[in-house]
Amino acid sequence: MIQAPAEDVDATDGLVTRPVVELAGVSRVFGADAPVHALRGVDLTILPGEWLAIVGPSGSGKSTLLNILGLLDRQTSGTYRFDGVDVAELDDLKRAAVRGRRIGFIFQSFHLLPHRSVAENVMLAELYVGAPRRGRRERAMAALDRVGMTDRAEFLPTRLSGGQQQRAAIARALMGEPRLLLCDEPTGNLDSQNADSVLDLFEGLSHDSLTLAMITHDDHVASRAQRRVRIIDGVLNEVHTEPAASDERP
Amino acid sequence: MAVRDLLSECLASLLARPARAILTVIGTVVGVAALVATLGLSKTAGNQIVGRFDELAATDIVVTPKTGTTGRAQRTDALPWDAEQRARRLNGVVSAGTLTDVDLKGQLVRAVPVNDPQGQTQFQMPVKAASPGLFEAVRASLHSGRVPDTGHSDRADRVVVLGPNAAEQLHVTRVDNQPAIYIGDRLYVVAGILSGVERQPSLLGAVIMPEGTAQQDFGLQSPGSVQVETRVGAASVIANQLPVALSPADPTALKVVAPPEPRRVRQGVQSDLDSLFLLLGGVSLLVGAIGIANVTLVSVLERVGEIGLRRSLGAARRHIAGQFLVESTTLGLVGGILGAALGTLVVVGVAASRTWTPVLEGWVPIGAPLVGAVVGLLAGVYPSVRAAALEPVEALRASL
Repeated sequence: MIQAPAEDVDATDGLVTRPVVELAGVSRVFGADAPVHALRGVDLTILPGEWLAIVGPSGSGKSTLLNILGLLDRQTSGTYRFDGVDVAELDDLKRAAVRGRRIGFIFQSFHLLPHRSVAENVMLAELYVGAPRRGRRERAMAALDRVGMTDRAEFLPTRLSGGQQQRAAIARALMGEPRLLLCDEPTGNLDSQNADSVLDLFEGLSHDSLTLAMITHDDHVASRAQRRVRIIDGVLNEVHTEPAASDERP
Repeated sequence: MAVRDLLSECLASLLARPARAILTVIGTVVGVAALVATLGLSKTAGNQIVGRFDELAATDIVVTPKTGTTGRAQRTDALPWDAEQRARRLNGVVSAGTLTDVDLKGQLVRAVPVNDPQGQTQFQMPVKAASPGLFEAVRASLHSGRVPDTGHSDRADRVVVLGPNAAEQLHVTRVDNQPAIYIGDRLYVVAGILSGVERQPSLLGAVIMPEGTAQQDFGLQSPGSVQVETRVGAASVIANQLPVALSPADPTALKVVAPPEPRRVRQGVQSDLDSLFLLLGGVSLLVGAIGIANVTLVSVLERVGEIGLRRSLGAARRHIAGQFLVESTTLGLVGGILGAALGTLVVVGVAASRTWTPVLEGWVPIGAPLVGAVVGLLAGVYPSVRAAALEPVEALRASL
């Protein structure tokens, strides 16, 4: 397991550290008769421990990008190397296995099963990855501990606040130590106080050298990330961080 | 994915909506219960019908001389006088006796004369000669008096037994005042009055006299028929042995009327009932399968978001298909178990209300849950394929 801190990555520029994500010229076209170009020649490299925000207005292609990053969708052209492996060569079964073992998903609407307790929802993460049943609850409790939710382990999600539900979902994504955490508008359904606490949590995870990719349309949320890219009409551009720009916002 | 994980996931999903699971299962419960109940009831009822046949018909053999054989003179003396003794020596014969019509040559039967100008006092009435064992062989029951024994026959005593209808016609109601009747000009003492017979109902209206008496008074040539009662199940064997035992010189001269094989009776009765009942059970099972398929399909459509989540957690298409298949199979299995229990209760209940013995093949209560499971499995195929075909990206757009 490569666990190089972000500073070292900058210095060595990926020579020592293998990038988690390498997109080269990735395009995604929907439909054949009247093709819609959701992504146009996207190049993107995400290094271990990076916290990347992907911003853009709705319909800009950021969801498509996230789906491709999460192996939920296949690009039309270009190459995608995840953890050094060209995933276009993997069949559906192997892609599902990579998704289950190395990628954690966090959704805007949390996606917690309403009839299962928080702990059971977290334990779902180990169902399809071949993890032993033994010790599963302990591992789930450890994940819940990382998000400060151990005292709510036996609650049903419907009895939790939005922020607590998102923390439970993050705990589920953390199970199995994923290489990449993909967050789809993680604060979209939260009030600003809960949103901030979730972003604080991401910051902590990022400091623990977890790799995060987060899509959002909210510049304020994006400004919490260490690195930002903007996607407009399927074209991806790096946003060069100017500390003054983000500090201007209230 | 571990089997235990798969099973516990399915169980948790089903238990999350218990009311729906119960309602879904009802169709299968009814179908399997109908199947089990019909199989059990037809078996039970079939046994019952066979039991009734066994009582009388299956133990009843009548031997008569063959009549009108082509190219050969009719033999009237084919049966020997000791036919009763010969038949009784066979193993499996319970009782036997000879029965012969007596030709009165136009003589009438009348009671002791009472001068009644209005009423009829003389009757043309069947008179039969019986060996002592006949009364047992036809299961005659006595109203009063007694039946003649070997002594009466040997001495050619002039005694008779009256069938109940004959007794009524002749106004003989009791025997303790030693009533007598005339046959032609001869006087016969009425020794007994029958109250009923289970075989040879012609005896009910007849005057029955001992064989020896009929020989002496009416010149009887030979017994006209032999009535035999066998043990249950012995009829077919006895029917083969009787001609040789009764007429060793010419067994083919005798005609044996024996009951059909009991086993064939049973099969005939049951296959009729079974096919009808099984059809009904099959139709209810089909309805149950459609119910499971329907609800599982609705469940797939409702749980699109959950399917998306599971795909994001690393579930392959076959994991999704497997989960819905196992869920529908579990529903079918539970329906099968409940249906088997319910069907068995119905069989026992119906049998108890009719005081029958409930009969159920051993494989029925074991096979019924399996039938339910197969129904659930088949019903789940289409919904599972639909669930597995969902694209994760699309599925994740749905909320949970």
